[in-house]
Amino acid sequence: MKHIKTLHRGNLKQSLSKGGCGECQASCQSACKTSCTVANQSCQK
Amino acid sequence: MIHKFEVNGIKLVLDVNSGAVHVIDDLVWDLLDHGPDFDTDNVYKALRGKYPVSDIQEAMDELNVLIQENMLYTEWDGGIPAMAGEPVIKAMCLHAAHDCNLRCSYCFASTGDFKGERELLDFETGKKALEFLVRHSGHRRNLEVDFFGGEPLMNFDTVKQLVAYGRALEKKHNKKFKFTITTNGLLLDDDTIDYINREFVNVVISIDGRPEVHDSMRKTCTGRGSYDIIAPKALRLADSRDQNNYYVRGTFTRFNKDFDKDVLHLADQGFKQISVEPVVAPESEDYALTKADLKDIFAAYGRLAEAYIKRRKEGRGFNFFHFMVDLNQGPCAAKRSTGCGAGNEYIAVTPRGDIYPCHQFVGDEEYRMGSVVDGSFDREKQLRFRGTNVFTKEKCASCWAKFYCSGGCAANAFHFNGSIDKPYDLGCEMEKKRLECALAIKALETFEE
Ligand code: SF4
Ligand code: SF4
Repeated sequence: MKHIKTLHRGNLKQSLSKGGCGECQASCQSACKTSCTVANQSCQK
Repeated sequence: MIHKFEVNGIKLVLDVNSGAVHVIDDLVWDLLDHGPDFDTDNVYKALRGKYPVSDIQEAMDELNVLIQENMLYTEWDGGIPAMAGEPVIKAMCLHAAHDCNLRCSYCFASTGDFKGERELLDFETGKKALEFLVRHSGHRRNLEVDFFGGEPLMNFDTVKQLVAYGRALEKKHNKKFKFTITTNGLLLDDDTIDYINREFVNVVISIDGRPEVHDSMRKTCTGRGSYDIIAPKALRLADSRDQNNYYVRGTFTRFNKDFDKDVLHLADQGFKQISVEPVVAPESEDYALTKADLKDIFAAYGRLAEAYIKRRKEGRGFNFFHFMVDLNQGPCAAKRSTGCGAGNEYIAVTPRGDIYPCHQFVGDEEYRMGSVVDGSFDREKQLRFRGTNVFTKEKCASCWAKFYCSGGCAANAFHFNGSIDKPYDLGCEMEKKRLECALAIKALETFEE
C-alpha cells in the first residue's frame, strides 16, 4: 500500500478463544504500583 | 471505533476493537475525518483542492481493503471477555512494615504508617498471609508476593523467614512463589543484595531522577536528601542483576514536569529498566498535578519518546515501563479488559493481617475485605471487583485506550471520584498520551529496521 503501512494486523478477537486462563502476572506489581497498563505484559500461554 | 493521532510528526490510526495499528500519510489522515461512511461527494468536495483526485481514489481503495479485512472500524462482537473459572487470588502485596526510614513529602502511605500506627509484620501473621494465598489460589501454580511497606527492609529478618516458609509451602502444595520487593534502597548492603538476587524475581527501587529532584521530595528523618546514599546502592543492585528483572521507579510532581530529564538522568547513570510515574495527590497539595499541567506533561512525554528512539538507535537504549508495548504476544482480551485485578485476583495484607483490595486501598475501612488472622474474606466485595471491567465502566466503554489501559486504577477512581467505576480523569489523559508515544515508537522502530 502506498498511503498506509500496517504495523500490526490486530488479534484481539482471536485472543478471545484462547483467553482468560489467568496465569499471567498481576499487572500493578511489576513496576509502578499505581497503574494497570497491560499492553507490555506477556501472555503465559 | 478508531483513534487517529500524531506523535513527533508520525501519524497513526488504531483500530480499537481489533487492535490493528497503521501508519498513515496526510491524505489518509484527512480522509479519516469522513469515516466510517466516507460519503463520496463530501470527501471529494473537501479534499479535491488539496490532493490529486487519483490519489484520493487510491487511498480510499486502501482504506476499503482494511475495512473488509477487519482492520479498521471493526465492531466488537466478543461480548464481555471474562477470566475462566472460579475467582482465585494469585497475587499479594504483603506489607512487611508500616514504617519507613524516609520521610517523602508525597508518600501515599503518609510516610509509612498508612494513617495508622507504625508497626511491623510478625512472622506468625506473615505465615498466615502466605497460607491464605495458597488456600485461595485454586489451580493457579505461580503465586506472586511483593514485600512492600512502608519500607520492607526495616523488617528484613521476617521477610527472609517468610521466604523460607514460602519455599516449604511450595513443595507441600505444588505452588511456585514469585517473590518481589519494593524498597527505597536505603538499607541495601552487599548481603541484602546477594539475598535479593537469590530469592526475588523482581525488585523495585524508588529513585526520582536528578539529585535535586529526588532530594526535594525523598528526605531522611533528619530532613537531608537521600540521593547520594541510594543511587550508588541501586546501581550496584541493578548491575548485580545484569540490568534485568528490576525497576528504578520514580515519581514526578508539579515541580518536575520536565521529568523526561529525570528519566534520561537515570539512563545516564546506567540504569536500563526505568519507570517514572505521575504523582497521585489531591489538588490541595502544592506538588499535585492538575489539568493545567497536562500540556507540559505531554510535551515531556513527546521529548522522552524522541530521546528514547535516538538512544536505542545509538545502541545505548533503555526500557521505559510505559513505552513498552507488545503488539504480538500481548495479553488476551480478558486480561486487557480487567486490568490490575485488585480486590479480585490481587490483595494487600497489612502487618495486622487485614486484607484490602490492593496497597492503595489500605486504610480505607469500607474496603477492608477480611483478615488472614481469622481467615475471613468478603466474597461479595471480591465479586464487586471481579464484575468491573472496561465494558461495565461507562467512561472506559467509549475510550479508545481501553484494551491497553485495561480500565485504570480502581483506587485512584475511588479516591478522586468516590467510585471504583469512575476513572480518574487526569490519569486517563496521561495514560492515553503514553500509549500514543508507545505505539509511535513501535512504528518508528519497525519501519526503520
Ligand atoms: S484511559 Fe481512562 S477511560 Fe480509558 S480505559 Fe483507561 S481508565 Fe478507562
Ligand atoms: S487499584 Fe490501582 S493501585 Fe491498586 S492494583 Fe489496581 S492499578 Fe494498582
